[in-house]
Amino acid sequence: MHIVVCIKQVPDSAQIRVHPVYNTIMRQGVPTIINPYDLFALEEALRLRDRLGGEVTVLTMGPPTAAESLRKTLTFGADRAVLLTDRYFAGSDTLATSFALASALGKIAADFGKPDIIFTGKQTIDGDTAQVGPGIAKRLAYNQLTYVSRIVETDLDAGEIIVERRAEGGIQLLKTKFPVLITMLEATNEMRRGSIENALLAARAEVVTWNATDIGIEDLTKCGLRGSPTIVKKVFAPTARSEKAQIIQAEGGPTGLAEALICEIFQRAPGVESDLYEFAASN
Amino acid sequence: MAEDTKPAPPAASGRANTKKELPEHFKAYKHVWVAVEIEHGQVHSVSFELLGEGRKLADKRGVDLAAVVMGDNRASLEEAARQAFEYGADLVYLVCDPTLAHYRNEVATRALTDIVNTYKPEILLLGATNLGRDLAGSVATTLQTGLTADCTELEIDEEGSLAATRPTFGGSLLCTIFTLNFRPQMATVRPRVLAMPEPTPGHSGTIVEHKLGLAEEDIVTKVLQFIADRDSDKAQLPYADIVVAGGLGLRSAENFQLVKELADVLGAEYGGSRPLVQKGWIPADRQIGQTGKTIRPRLYIAAGISGAIQHRVGVEGADLIVAINTDPQAQIFEFAHLGIVADAITLLPALTEAFAKRLRVNRLAG
Ligand SMILES: Cc1cc2nc3c(=O)[nH]c(=O)nc-3n(C[C@H](O)[C@H](O)[C@H](O)COP(=O)(O)OP(=O)(O)OC[C@H]3O[C@@H](n4cnc5c(N)ncnc54)[C@H](O)[C@@H]3O)c2cc1C
Ligand SMILES: Nc1ncnc2c1ncn2[C@@H]1O[C@H](COP(=O)(O)O)[C@@H](O)[C@H]1O
Repeated sequence: MHIVVCIKQVPDSAQIRVHPVYNTIMRQGVPTIINPYDLFALEEALRLRDRLGGEVTVLTMGPPTAAESLRKTLTFGADRAVLLTDRYFAGSDTLATSFALASALGKIAADFGKPDIIFTGKQTIDGDTAQVGPGIAKRLAYNQLTYVSRIVETDLDAGEIIVERRAEGGIQLLKTKFPVLITMLEATNEMRRGSIENALLAARAEVVTWNATDIGIEDLTKCGLRGSPTIVKKVFAPTARSEKAQIIQAEGGPTGLAEALICEIFQRAPGVESDLYEFAASN
Repeated sequence: MAEDTKPAPPAASGRANTKKELPEHFKAYKHVWVAVEIEHGQVHSVSFELLGEGRKLADKRGVDLAAVVMGDNRASLEEAARQAFEYGADLVYLVCDPTLAHYRNEVATRALTDIVNTYKPEILLLGATNLGRDLAGSVATTLQTGLTADCTELEIDEEGSLAATRPTFGGSLLCTIFTLNFRPQMATVRPRVLAMPEPTPGHSGTIVEHKLGLAEEDIVTKVLQFIADRDSDKAQLPYADIVVAGGLGLRSAENFQLVKELADVLGAEYGGSRPLVQKGWIPADRQIGQTGKTIRPRLYIAAGISGAIQHRVGVEGADLIVAINTDPQAQIFEFAHLGIVADAITLLPALTEAFAKRLRVNRLAG
């Protein structure tokens, strides 16, 4: 079984700062991490491989420094890391990103064997679109399973896979055929720790590095900014609320504070008060 | 949306797309569409919210608002169509086919791309639900058009283009995105981000039926079973009118009970910050924030939550935010409306008791 996991190196969003005057993102010194959602995909891939045999290839598109994140996945036990990097990819939106990744997946199939499963995370924390996975699936004509919470059964001989998928208001139990693209739901597993042995190997491992030409892209207008139908016209910081919270103060300890708070709540939100009385009456 | 993590390209270079030069064959694309989400016979409320917003966009453009309803049950599709009209649609495209019994990407993508290619909308809106996000990505890729996901604001600019604003970098920034030279312009919006419009009873319109012509045998993916959420009859967190949540300030899973007790008395939903999920105090679907649920209640009570940006973006739509925190400098006081600087572990039970007393008194009086 050949499994590919798409990961993205992202800025640790908790630490993003916006320039107070120019409204630009200040990246200097902002640490990067592997998109947290992608770790659930990676762990699931590693578990499948451990159980069924085969290989896990990790793929990312990003700047040369993204090799660092790839190396990290090798310490967790991934078998191969592929970095897709080219200035032509800069500024890709989801359509252009899925184009580049799908092209790279074509070369991965040719060089290392056709992937039976491609995993992506549910979404990234910087882009946050959840659209790159479905985009890749469509381009490669893979069967698409998004928001998968559990892989129930894999039958390689029959070429079938059964999964639980998080749908609105419930779980769908779905059966489909390989090859599939799975976007893994968060909090579905716990990422393993890397082993020292793997860490030593990873430090010396080669990260396969390809550019646009390497993966056979002839039409560069499909890449990066030029290949992106969406255009970001404006980036700005959310307007800060001008007034801060009104701090409630009252005598009489917690009970006094609670009473004062309820009065204030009911005054500001009369609808809440009447709803509550209705709720109480119906109970 | 543009991936911002790569080195920023030199300004303006290669930005061939940034001017509006709509190719001739896209000029026939007119009207605003909402892909209505129907699951188990029920229209998802995000679809009504989108119809409300879609109505405004259509009026601004001087075009029609259409709803797309797809499913296998004619009666519930007709009911959905009736509701869509009441929420402002002029036109409903109706696809009734046995293969659409349960949502499946393959079938829904085929159906929606078919009708888009036939009737050519200029704007196509979907809910940013699991279903909508699953469908939108496939449809946009098939149509090779732009898609702006999880928008918080939709507008029509002076040139008549859709300006879609969405948070990025976990809400620390907003960006406004256009799809100038491709059609349709696609966008998804999360539930409860837009206001729920008032329906106009009796408002009606035209139904256009579209045949799908798919055979079950040709569809690879099969739905073996649907396991409804046990509490699916209860208001889900994103739709609750009152939400009570706790954070690490509660210090233990036992103390978290205090949150549940208050929620109980108020008939509210409960939730929490992300670390609580990581610690296993609450299940993942109770997490509120960027990587959890977006809520838009009338009243949100946050106890022992610091108010980090990732939490803030999920709760900002609440009408009234009440924060209980021991630290007067806590970030949550920057965006809460009412604050109490106190120990949540003693204040929560007092609040529960005070609410309970009020409700009892009122019931006796009423
Ligand atoms: C990629 C990413 C995604 C994230 N997504 C989310 C998300 O979706 N939702 C989310 O919530 N977080 C999310 N986070 C985490 C977020 O950054 C914060 O770490 C988290 O919200 C903090 O949780 P907290 O407020 O419960 O804990 P803390 O930040 O530790 O705050 C505890 C608060 O309790 C107060 N306190 C202490 N004792 C008491 C007491 N006795 N009574 C009252 N108050 C007390 C303290 O003053 C403090 O303000 C995300 C982070 C990242 C990096
Ligand atoms: N540049 C990238 N390189 C590799 N995988 C990516 C990249 N961008 C997105 N992905 C994958 O697609 C998923 C969804 O991303 P997004 O659509 O940006 O929310 C992520 O969780 C990754 O698995």
